[in-house]
Amino acid sequence: MDRLKMLEKEGLLKSRQGSRAVGKFLQNKLAVLGLMVFAVILLASVFAPLITKYDPAMIDLRSRLSPPSWQHLFGTDKLGRDVFARVLYGGRISILVGFGGALGAALVGVSLGTYAGYKGGWLDRILLRVSEIFMAFPQIILVLLLVSILGQSLWNLLVIFTITGWGSVYRMTRSQMLSIREEEYVQALKAFGLSDALIAYKHMLPNALGPIMVNLTLSTAMFILEETALSFLGLGVPLHIPTWGNILNAAQDLTILQEAWWIWVPVGIVISAFVLSINFIGDGLRDAVDPTQQG
Amino acid sequence: MHKNSEVLLKIRNAQTYFPVQKGLLKRTVGHVRAVDKVSLNVYWGETLGLVGESGCGKTTLGKSILQLVPVTGGEFIYNFDGEEKDLRKLSKEEMMQARKRLQIVFQDPYSSLNPSFTIFGSLQDPLKKFGVKSKEERKRIIGDLLEAVNLHRDYMYRYPHEFSGGQRQRIGIARALSLQPELVICDEAVSALDVSIQAQVLNLLLELKEKHQLTYIFISHDLSVVEYMSDRIAVMYLGKIVELAQAEDLFANALHPYTQALLSAIPVAEVGRKRKRIVLEGNVPSPVNPPPGCAFHPRCPYAMEVCKSRVPELKTYVLDGKEHQVACHLAADKVGAPAKSRQAEVDSNATN
Repeated sequence: MDRLKMLEKEGLLKSRQGSRAVGKFLQNKLAVLGLMVFAVILLASVFAPLITKYDPAMIDLRSRLSPPSWQHLFGTDKLGRDVFARVLYGGRISILVGFGGALGAALVGVSLGTYAGYKGGWLDRILLRVSEIFMAFPQIILVLLLVSILGQSLWNLLVIFTITGWGSVYRMTRSQMLSIREEEYVQALKAFGLSDALIAYKHMLPNALGPIMVNLTLSTAMFILEETALSFLGLGVPLHIPTWGNILNAAQDLTILQEAWWIWVPVGIVISAFVLSINFIGDGLRDAVDPTQQG
Repeated sequence: MHKNSEVLLKIRNAQTYFPVQKGLLKRTVGHVRAVDKVSLNVYWGETLGLVGESGCGKTTLGKSILQLVPVTGGEFIYNFDGEEKDLRKLSKEEMMQARKRLQIVFQDPYSSLNPSFTIFGSLQDPLKKFGVKSKEERKRIIGDLLEAVNLHRDYMYRYPHEFSGGQRQRIGIARALSLQPELVICDEAVSALDVSIQAQVLNLLLELKEKHQLTYIFISHDLSVVEYMSDRIAVMYLGKIVELAQAEDLFANALHPYTQALLSAIPVAEVGRKRKRIVLEGNVPSPVNPPPGCAFHPRCPYAMEVCKSRVPELKTYVLDGKEHQVACHLAADKVGAPAKSRQAEVDSNATN
């Protein structure tokens, strides 16, 4: 009891909510491992010029398809470009696309879902149908449409991921809010006459965030993979920009698949490790922000 | 300051129906009549007990008073320091101000506090909204509230999961008192607690009532608790009030067969005492499709022909010089003609 009191007094000095969640997150070993892998890959991509001296677009036809060596850590590709440099620089775009898409979809989905789920009624019914239409719409056709109108670019990809992704986030947020709004503390806030936005966004949303957070991480992984697929079709990020997806595409060539493993194995491992680490972080975050779960 | 005879809240013909929707187009095929033409007065400073079995509309009536559920019809005339206004006809701004006077304590201590916020975080927004701008001031007020419900003031920095059920319920009471209300609706406020904790919380409620001159509407299915707390008791069955009297009169001379059955079910802690248990047959009828006539007639041991066709009105009888309202065709046979009809009383109130 004295210890508790003491901690409480100390807790008064700093932000209690923050320190608590961080402490719980750090106790989760998998989450910390995930955070480390995530940080290493992210920092390596961001500070790529400090790590490798090669330009990812520099073509060197004299050393085509050379296997890994001290000079080229991951070897070189068909055009003699350094694969290690391409993986690092490619990470910048791939991570940006994955997070950007997931964040865009989450921002739209959560802000609509929180309010509509709380208020219900016609607003919710309309948005629910609209989200179904967007989810049922073939993504490829949407991509073709936007690419033919606006041309191929990174921003198109982000817009498309937001448009096609917000529906599932909306539905998830909404269903969370539907169950939370029956809780008595929401009724109590209503009895005080607080505004709908304040009740929905400040008091209810934090309790709905757990599953949304996990969804955000999972969809980041999904969007990274989708970027790969679209880049392969020549509809994603323009081919001259290195991305993880664009690098993997080289493996479509059978001779490269069989004989130049260094082109696709390292980048495949990096993608898997990155996606996995995001998932671990998501799980850790979910537990950390939920105060009913004891660390 | 206020006399006990002054009416704080007049409820007239309150109706809260929930639509029953079916099919793809959500056609309304019927209504659940949760609260069906309820009329009653709540006096200043009294505790009005509201009893009835699960699903009879007690909670819905409480939430209807606070306008937390969409009310279908009727009037909720509240006495704003002498000025009577219908809560349903207030403007948004007026309703917001009225909410300061009306508060509620909930049943479930586990869902009535937000798990993501400390107690301070949960309680500060209403204060902020009603003009307590400085954080220090809010801390002081919330600390005082916690002390008023016998909790340490530093507990405001804790999360709900760090408290026991009884402590949470006391925090719920502190929250209801935070804006100094006049009328507090206690919706099954102690049902979820252990008996020993129940007693603590009940005594706390009585103490706070004394201190802050509160008026309670005390909703419960537990007759002993209601008897302990209430000045007057209203018995509800299937969305209607079937009997309303002073607590001791109700327990001494229950007139409605349903009330008699309820009272006979109270366990008595006395060895060898023989009591006649009235066991009711069957189940509560569906409130979507209540039986014609008196809603209680399919289960009533004394039902007559008239009970099957005519809905009994809530009439006022005088027993030993005290008013006793009951909605039963048979009551007149037991105690003589009604003193005056309920309608007459309502009219006289309306003209006053």
